[in-house]
Amino acid sequence: MSAAPKDSSHGASKASLLDTLVASDGAVSAFVVILGFLCGTALILAVGKNPGNMYAALLQTLSGFDVTRGSWNARYIGEWLTASMPLILCGLSMGFAARTGLFNIGAEGQYIVGLSAAQFVAIYGPQVPGLHWILAVLAGALAGALWGGIVGWLKGKYSVSEVVATIMLNYIAYFLSRFLTQLIPEANTYKTQSFPKTALLESSLLQGLTNGSRLGLGIYIVIICCLFYWFIIERTRLGFELRATGFNKEAARCSGIKVTKSITLSMGIAGAFAGLAGVVVALGSFNYGRVLSGYDYYGFNGIAVALVGNSTAGGTLISGLLFGMLSSAQPLMQSRQIPKEITQIISGLVVVFISLRAGFRMIMEWRAKRIAKEKRGERDE
Amino acid sequence: MNTKKNTEQPEKALEGSVRHAIEMLDITKVFPGVVANDQVTLRVRENEIHAILGENGAGKSTLMSVLFGLYDPDGGTIKVKGREVRIKDPNEATALGIGMVHQHFKLVRNYTVTENIILGMEPRKRDGTVDLLGAEKRVAELSERYCLSVDPHGKIESITVGMQQRVEILKILYRNADILIFDEPTAVLTPQEVDELMDILKRLKAEGKTIILITHKLKEIKEAAERCTVLRRGRYIGTVDVASTTEEELAEMMVGRAVKFRIDKEEARPGELVLSIEDLTVLSSKGYPAIKNLSLSVRAGEIVGLAGVDGNGQSELVAAITGLSHIQGGRILLEGRDISKDSIKDRILAGVGHVPEDRHKHGLVLDFRLDENIVLKSFDQQPYSSRHGILDFQAIAQKGRDLIEQFDIRASQGPATKAKNMSGGNQQKAIIAREIDLSPRLLVVAQPTRGLDVGAIEYIHRRIVAERDKGSAVLVVSFELDEIMNLCDRIAAISKGEIVGIADAATAEERSIGAMMAGVRAPKARRAMDATPEAQGGEP
Repeated sequence: MSAAPKDSSHGASKASLLDTLVASDGAVSAFVVILGFLCGTALILAVGKNPGNMYAALLQTLSGFDVTRGSWNARYIGEWLTASMPLILCGLSMGFAARTGLFNIGAEGQYIVGLSAAQFVAIYGPQVPGLHWILAVLAGALAGALWGGIVGWLKGKYSVSEVVATIMLNYIAYFLSRFLTQLIPEANTYKTQSFPKTALLESSLLQGLTNGSRLGLGIYIVIICCLFYWFIIERTRLGFELRATGFNKEAARCSGIKVTKSITLSMGIAGAFAGLAGVVVALGSFNYGRVLSGYDYYGFNGIAVALVGNSTAGGTLISGLLFGMLSSAQPLMQSRQIPKEITQIISGLVVVFISLRAGFRMIMEWRAKRIAKEKRGERDE
Repeated sequence: MNTKKNTEQPEKALEGSVRHAIEMLDITKVFPGVVANDQVTLRVRENEIHAILGENGAGKSTLMSVLFGLYDPDGGTIKVKGREVRIKDPNEATALGIGMVHQHFKLVRNYTVTENIILGMEPRKRDGTVDLLGAEKRVAELSERYCLSVDPHGKIESITVGMQQRVEILKILYRNADILIFDEPTAVLTPQEVDELMDILKRLKAEGKTIILITHKLKEIKEAAERCTVLRRGRYIGTVDVASTTEEELAEMMVGRAVKFRIDKEEARPGELVLSIEDLTVLSSKGYPAIKNLSLSVRAGEIVGLAGVDGNGQSELVAAITGLSHIQGGRILLEGRDISKDSIKDRILAGVGHVPEDRHKHGLVLDFRLDENIVLKSFDQQPYSSRHGILDFQAIAQKGRDLIEQFDIRASQGPATKAKNMSGGNQQKAIIAREIDLSPRLLVVAQPTRGLDVGAIEYIHRRIVAERDKGSAVLVVSFELDEIMNLCDRIAAISKGEIVGIADAATAEERSIGAMMAGVRAPKARRAMDATPEAQGGEP
């Protein structure tokens, strides 16, 4: 923020560079991320620690390379990717809704129903290798889609605000999941029996590559989802319809687009992404069914992920990896005497800064006005 | 600009002897990317009716907002009654005796006339309560003095738009204004109300008030104003004496080139019946009938104009034809087939084209590119979309380029231009291009030229006539009677959801149409109605 007005005092060539940077959403995102890290660094200095330790921890998360000991362990990379997966998927959920003009604050609920559905299929589904986990994945996606789709339909048909509806459905999903999971005979108040092997999203290949990390088949789901998101939004008739509805519902209706169907589909697809996030966590990070004792907050964090990723497929992928890095670097930072809360502060700052984009625009307008004035002054002389 | 020279001289000569109510000298106002006022000078003499003429975006409203304290000018000086002032907000303007009747009234609908007038400066009795009786008396006195015949007890929601405007006038008179600014005051009025307003303006002048009239309608200037200042694209063009300047000269000053007032078109050759509305009833969103047993027909090769004041069921009729709203009774036949139950999409495919009244709300997706907007109704068909639902952006861009060329759409980045970055005229051209390109059997056009400049209006009218000549049936809805009289072959006047009369445009008188718009089935209007079968004479 502080850099922008300083730049403006230089000539027109610098200003035009700034213009292009502000016009590009990606550049703004990169800029605010850097700004977030700078603030985090300053904070560490302020509490009298060495910020180099934070960057060493982050490097170890990203590459598995431990600078202090000079050792390398690929498991850290696997754990980083594992932590990023649900964030990316929830980011896609939020982003898809945002691109189609909706605010999906219900990714958390859709995540929970996806997770619960997958747990049920894992416990009661046919234990056929290759089929069992696929069924569980489909069940989770479908449950999420249904949970989101209801909201879309209510909005399209009866103009029920999707914000209110999703918040309420988050609670319903949470308590319903607790209630139903506890009905499983072998379940106690916090967990069910272990899942059969056939339901888990394990991959011996990926585990071998990452030195025994939890990284599993979920990564393929994430990649497929990113491609699917990009393809639907940017390339298809359906995406065109959904985006048109999102930007201007009335004009879309006038053009013959069925708006209720569009909104229902948008929320359904968004819900499916969040549902898959639930599946990836349930069958990838755990080997038993959980009776939830609170939100996992992946759904809510997805809002930040989509915001920083500008709701594009690639941007959300990168931004999800960034937030995943911050969260999986926490234990490594702690072992290097850096308070782990720093990462949360950095995430928070990034979100605040990205929200200040409107502020950048205001500075631009102020500058445009000044330039116009200067030009007029020259002409008068 | 010889007009300018002719008029500047006498004014300079008179400078010493004439007292000015308002002098705005070299006013400059810059918005990001736009110079809205570029060293504009306006001198309004005391006790005159002074018109400010200019196209949309010429800077009239900006100039007045500067005078009224809504904008802070970036340069120039303002003198009120010879004294230099700085007007920081509307309260200061009011204190200087300047009052403004805004285009969109600022009234509380469920308050009475008096309550609205005193709002913000309520007179108090000794015990601190509002002295409503005293206020009512004063309002009644003012109303009588200026012949406004406003009922001080009337509720705003139950009086006509014309009356509401008079309440606005009373509001500023109550605040002792002697310089009154009227911002496009006739935009919302019927022709009769316009006449009455002109009388009111003259009456105000007779009582010693100074009046500034902002408008782009030449006729009103000729009728009421003494002098006229013309602005074009934010610049001062000149100030002329209205009596010695013709409408053509004024128009030329306003636009910067000679303007044709009449639309060149051949006589219509109406063909078979395309649209036939029978006994249509439509409920408004509030549940009362907005359209009552309305019947209307449009033939191929003719333009039927729906004349009426805003809010008399026009929007509901258009929504019913295009499928945006449900109907409660009657039938809508397109080439003999009842389409009243069809979906919007089916009607589009059946050949109903629609240029909506509100182009930002209904016509365009402003955040989409121009070419995406151009295929907004056909993106799901070949060649823009494959059978598997994958879009061909090259075909879409090509269509965009084709229509940009055919319809002379100006867009800085070609088909990739965001619709929101285009001017109103070009946005409207894009919509017209899209609709005409789908070769509709029936083209429903609502308010096709609202807010556009003269050049764009000429072009769009030409295109609509060309569409008629190609054999389409065209239904035009407009609140501008001039536009209807000029463009259409037959005119149907609508009032309170009913067709009051139908007249042949070639023989109709503006006065009789105006009367019908006000709901009067005058004998003259009757005769026009009787004349309609003859107008369609040749056809079975």
